Amino acid sequence: MSTARAERLVNLVLALLSTRQYLPAERIRGIVPGYADAASTEAFFRMFERDKAELRELGIPLETGTNSAFDPEGYRIARRDYELGDIDLAPDEATAVALAARLWDSPDLTGQAHGALVKLRAAGVEVDDRAHAMVEPRVHTEPAFAPLLAAVQAGETVRFDYRRSDSPERRTRTLEPWGVVSWRGRWYVVGHDRDREAPRCFRLSRISGEVVTTGERAVVRRPEDAKLLDFVAGTSVSDDGSAATTARLWLAEGRATGIRRHAQVLEHRSVDGEDGDVVEIELQHPEGAADWIAGHGPDAVVLAPDVLAKAVADRLERVAAGGGGMR
Amino acid sequence: MSAATDRMPRLLALVPYLLARPGIRIDQAAQDFDVTPKQLRKDLQLLWLCGLPGYGPGDLIDLSFDGDTVSVTFDAGMRRPLRLTGGEASALVIALKALAETPGVVDTDAVGRAIAKIEAAAGAAEPAGVVVGNGVREHETTARTREIVREALQFGRAVRMRYYAASNDRITERTVDPMRLLIVQAHSYLEGWCRRAEDVRLFRLDRIDELDVLDELAAPPPHARHSDVSDGVFSAHESYPEADLVLEPDARWVAEYYPCEELAELEGGRLRVRMRYGDESWMVRLVLGLGGRATVERPGELAVAVRRRAAAGLARARHLSITGGQ
Repeated sequence: MSTARAERLVNLVLALLSTRQYLPAERIRGIVPGYADAASTEAFFRMFERDKAELRELGIPLETGTNSAFDPEGYRIARRDYELGDIDLAPDEATAVALAARLWDSPDLTGQAHGALVKLRAAGVEVDDRAHAMVEPRVHTEPAFAPLLAAVQAGETVRFDYRRSDSPERRTRTLEPWGVVSWRGRWYVVGHDRDREAPRCFRLSRISGEVVTTGERAVVRRPEDAKLLDFVAGTSVSDDGSAATTARLWLAEGRATGIRRHAQVLEHRSVDGEDGDVVEIELQHPEGAADWIAGHGPDAVVLAPDVLAKAVADRLERVAAGGGGMR
Repeated sequence: MSAATDRMPRLLALVPYLLARPGIRIDQAAQDFDVTPKQLRKDLQLLWLCGLPGYGPGDLIDLSFDGDTVSVTFDAGMRRPLRLTGGEASALVIALKALAETPGVVDTDAVGRAIAKIEAAAGAAEPAGVVVGNGVREHETTARTREIVREALQFGRAVRMRYYAASNDRITERTVDPMRLLIVQAHSYLEGWCRRAEDVRLFRLDRIDELDVLDELAAPPPHARHSDVSDGVFSAHESYPEADLVLEPDARWVAEYYPCEELAELEGGRLRVRMRYGDESWMVRLVLGLGGRATVERPGELAVAVRRRAAAGLARARHLSITGGQ
């Protein structure tokens, strides 16, 4: 941006902040330095349109209206809408804010967070974002994140192409989005699915192409935040609600270390000439545990419960038979 | 940040910033705005020429310079910064929520207070629209491990650990020069120079079984570089062997979880992928664990190894159920 334009824009902001009357464009042309340079009325309006767009882009609340029925339309900026409210952060709060501003892995969101820091500093808050943090967390985002969040905040219905994890088929979905939810480091959008007339959750990484707003307002009421998390956590593969179980396994000597470190050895026992131990282990997710145990082949054998032993045997039988495609 | 696009926000923030800090050093202000002192002086010169209609001496923004410091003597009505845009408030609040859900980084109580204050100041009428849940229940021992790791980082000490490596299903003793704590996809990792591997390694905290801080100073070699975790923690080295797998529909998650190349969509919703693996035993465990929901197409030796292990597992289970072992 040229120095002349920057100067003109600052003067325009100051003039519109200081007026209670709406200033018509022609009047602005007469008083704000810089517009006098416009060669023609047409050139002035082009310049002024661009400047208005720039101010709106910066988030400046530009009001339009007329002072009386006989006046042309004019502009002003209401101070109460322009100014950041009072804010005072304690040192530990400021530290959290500084750290948060560095979390994003997307340049766009990092830029937005830095923009916020600049304003907070200008409000007199001391935020030191150069302090060395020994911890480096990261918030990873997907391309669909920003448009979905915008739609949630605006209460607009969206449409996108989605591929479920268990199918190659892409389908167009129409959703009234309620919220964007991060669960175990992955992003989901939860909302009212218009096609299924039911609440649904979609993983952002499986959305392909653009998220478009349909122009329709959302009509189904949005539940509370805690409820949104339940929608996602409830459909998560390793739900914490599943019944934990205690299992007894035989583990080959010096093998199946990953299982062994969570298990208690009950006794030494050799099987088929192979040394090993009988162990007891607490399993949080029996279904997932069957996969985990089967992975160890002959090094880990389930003694009890029987259902788990069968689940592991089923897996091994399918593999021994030649794998997926042939069953 | 590029100077051109960020100049307007900076110009609008500068006067209130200086008002809150009379007599601040110009280089300090430049640092806060992430620009050179030269650029900041240019900005101040520009603002000095701006003001209220009339634009006489009493209408223009007035600054007083004293040595290397600056103060505002007339603000022309620019007393407060512009409020946060929806995007700025969201970017900060969402990141704060993520921070509150991340164990052991900052005081979560302070994060909560910061969120409330920023939301209040931003005057956000719209719902935040974002919920962050971590969902990984952290074991007490992991929290203790983190405290020890922090201590080592703070005092710059090397550590000795017993570490369970899922890649080869083994526990090894290692001496590590800690570099930083990282959180990737809700799991905490210690990044450090592993003297055994002579390379930078990530150690998941819940896989560290024993950990001692040594008297010895941590000394990662100067060429030790931070790992790139932008795509997760699995790094597939180019020298690693490749396997082609066919994933059944209910095993397609593998393609999302591990880095791999999607080769072709097949009939019935199956997917052919190419994956690299550092350790054959890891790959065998993965395919066995998928219990027939994935088939190895290539290399042949891997397919044979997988089938042999499955048959051996079945034989041993049968043997145990007959004899009960002895």
